[in-house]
Amino acid sequence: MLAMPPVDQAVIARRDAIAQALRAIVPDGVIDRPDALRVYESDGLTAYRQPPLLVVLPETTAQVSQILRWCHDQGVKVVPRGSGTSLSGGALPLADAVLLGMARFNRILDIDYHDRIVVTQPGVTNLALTRAVEDRGFYYAPDPSSQIACSIGGNVAENSGGVHCLKYGLTTNNVLGVELVLIDGTVLRLGGRTLEPAGMDLLGVIVGSEGLLGVVTEVTVAILPQPETARAMLIGFPAVEAAGAAVAAIIAAGIIPAGMEMMDKAATHAAEAFVNAGYPLDAEALLIVELDGPQAECDHLIAAVTQITQGHGCTTCRISENEADRLMFWAGRKAAFPAVGRLSPDYYCMDGTIPRRALPHVLTRMAQLSAHYGLGLANVFHAGDGNLHPLIMYDANVPGQLEQAEAFGADILRLCVEVGGVLTGEHGVGVEKRDLMPVMFSAIDLAHQQRIKCAFDPDLLLNPGKVFPVLHRCAELGRVHVHQGQTAFPDLPRF
Amino acid sequence: MAKTPTLRPGNTADLIALIDAARGAGTRLDLRGGGSKAGCGAPVDPAATAVDMRGFAGIVDYDPAELVLTVRPGTLLTEVEALLAEHGQMLAFEPFDHGPIHGRAAGDATIGGVIAAGVAGSRRLSRGGARDHLLGFRAVSGRGEAFVAGARVTKNVTGYDLPKLACGSWGRLFALTELDIKTLPRGETALTLALDGLTAPQAVAVMSRAAGSQAGVAAAAHHPETHHPAGGVTALRIEGFAPSVAARCALLERLLADCGAVRVMEPAEAAALWDDLRTLGSLRNMPVLWRVVVPAAHVCRVTAALAPTPARWVMDWAGGLLWVGCTAEGLPPATLRALAAAAGGHADLVRADEALRRACPMRAALPPALAALEARVRRAFDPAGLFETGRFGDD
Repeated sequence: MLAMPPVDQAVIARRDAIAQALRAIVPDGVIDRPDALRVYESDGLTAYRQPPLLVVLPETTAQVSQILRWCHDQGVKVVPRGSGTSLSGGALPLADAVLLGMARFNRILDIDYHDRIVVTQPGVTNLALTRAVEDRGFYYAPDPSSQIACSIGGNVAENSGGVHCLKYGLTTNNVLGVELVLIDGTVLRLGGRTLEPAGMDLLGVIVGSEGLLGVVTEVTVAILPQPETARAMLIGFPAVEAAGAAVAAIIAAGIIPAGMEMMDKAATHAAEAFVNAGYPLDAEALLIVELDGPQAECDHLIAAVTQITQGHGCTTCRISENEADRLMFWAGRKAAFPAVGRLSPDYYCMDGTIPRRALPHVLTRMAQLSAHYGLGLANVFHAGDGNLHPLIMYDANVPGQLEQAEAFGADILRLCVEVGGVLTGEHGVGVEKRDLMPVMFSAIDLAHQQRIKCAFDPDLLLNPGKVFPVLHRCAELGRVHVHQGQTAFPDLPRF
Repeated sequence: MAKTPTLRPGNTADLIALIDAARGAGTRLDLRGGGSKAGCGAPVDPAATAVDMRGFAGIVDYDPAELVLTVRPGTLLTEVEALLAEHGQMLAFEPFDHGPIHGRAAGDATIGGVIAAGVAGSRRLSRGGARDHLLGFRAVSGRGEAFVAGARVTKNVTGYDLPKLACGSWGRLFALTELDIKTLPRGETALTLALDGLTAPQAVAVMSRAAGSQAGVAAAAHHPETHHPAGGVTALRIEGFAPSVAARCALLERLLADCGAVRVMEPAEAAALWDDLRTLGSLRNMPVLWRVVVPAAHVCRVTAALAPTPARWVMDWAGGLLWVGCTAEGLPPATLRALAAAAGGHADLVRADEALRRACPMRAALPPALAALEARVRRAFDPAGLFETGRFGDD
């Protein structure tokens, strides 16, 4: 059971009046029919569902400002939503909160090839940004696997990554500015078209703030020239330890590949059965290394990586000869999640990061946990930056298995923190990892974070119940010392 | 008023005790590293107690293959850079020592000062700023509480990204006691290509074309007068493995063939040029120094407006950064700030005599709603304004 903030029945009783007030702001953009609200009842973390009080779909910054000011004045909670692809429940609705959908902010506003910048509305999808600039030889670097559907606004909220962020950074490293509306309706610009903002770097805190600090209504991103060439290598190892050592040696040799992915035997078999990418089925660990840049650089780096991986005892090493090969090498990795989904009625995707040197230990411990819980596990791993995606296989129709899978997942994340890593590398805390935050942060650490929340949203109306395990009232946080023992959230039923 | 003596805490417990005592006594604290940037901002309130953070020194952990360095903030920048260089790595944001800009000897800058001031050099264009390389930290806030934020791994979205806020906070939020910094491999080779005699608009066009190409330009700068009577020198730095650098240079030579002769700079000339963009040696006779950050596409609006004035400038970040030197009378602060704002940017006052630093804040005023939000964020960490020493003029 996941506890959520107490439901304000008085707000639910005012539902019709709230709908009327919001219709006065966005006449054609309020959804209040129960069947239509069901569309919004969950995001990518589908185990949790809750229809919202209402949905409002503004299309201008002025409307967002008016909606937030009205909700602020009336004490009504607001849950912002982009495309609803969050894997951590960041856009999970609340029964007594207005769901603010940003889907109508769907226009690219300006493309500046001189300074390599795109100004866009937040509802534009990640892939659409690249599509808009690719004919001129540019692209937007962060590429989360949901890029066909996820919105730039959601990417900003979650600080999304992707397989290429080892070399090109997360969202935060590729965003230059936002227009932001605070809960009281104030419209601000943070950063802009310059490489540095005036004043403190508040933009840096907005990116990855999971919709708790404000609603982003415009985003300025940097675009990059597409590399001249990209080639991938498919390298099999007889042991995970050897693959891990090869990854460390590649980086120690001064090579930062565009992408460096690892799959364990279970994931490799599942992917191969699904897409027939030609993966070596005898390998205990499979590496995909992508190198990009001028042809001469790729040739040089491929030779260097070949030598290093041979020195670490690789058993197979294939190099893409053309674009079709490269895409085929990636096809299995990109299909790894649905491939595992074919093996098991349900799977639960985790997202911890560890120092890479801890990988053999963590894989051994996870195998022990898998035996303990009696649930299968397949591992895909952004090997370059230590971001693990263990896929726990379970069957939600077997009573108790979902709970077992969640307990297994929590144990994996505790293990990540224990070895010096973190709870989430790119999926966000949301509701999913909220109650594990004390594993990584002390009450004092969390209080320092939550006071930022109070500086932006002192009444805690924006996306409550996410990220922070305990809701401290801001006045209480203002006292110098943090006290333990807070009002608990009541429980939210889970599906 | 006599300046109170400097305190030098050596551990977190001492620092907490010192902050608690200051809060009790209503004393303000002036957090300092090596003092290389002491000339930035208004003179510090003489009643403030100086806190020398160099007691927090030393490397805590460094595993090159993890691309993470954990270091205490009082460690000298030179020591950090030497350690990384031994392992073929670097701080990719190319931080530098502000001492020479302020007429001091080089060598005093600490890594904590560099991070707190968010100092990034010429490679900012391609590799991001200090904020893109601080992964985590430990600190003591103005509440006298030790806390951690971020982590020692390169990919992390757990909790708010407070490390971003630490960079460029100038010690006004909390006292940093430990830093987790991302390191990256140092390019095996570096070459600088140069075009001579370009005007500022031509140079900006060349730098934009180069930075938007597949050549992967690490840094791009334009020096208007030093090297060529007809105009300046425009420099493009390429870094990486030798075969890659050769291929990228060939690509640039083809790409820029219609812009003028492209030559490879001699190593000594290249070193002097990039060094000048850190020390601003060519503007050393200018008592007032400004750092103007603008969209590169609009930087020539500023340079054109400066042409009739005695101000001189050098351009970095492909035009996104303009260092402007002048005399106190030559260019009123309000005029330059208005120019920067009209070009879509802002101007920080980096060097000036005490009278001008008293009269003119280091940073341009923010719009009122943003200034209010920033003040609320400062108070979140430092409710009593313990770290406000008058230096930034907006306490």
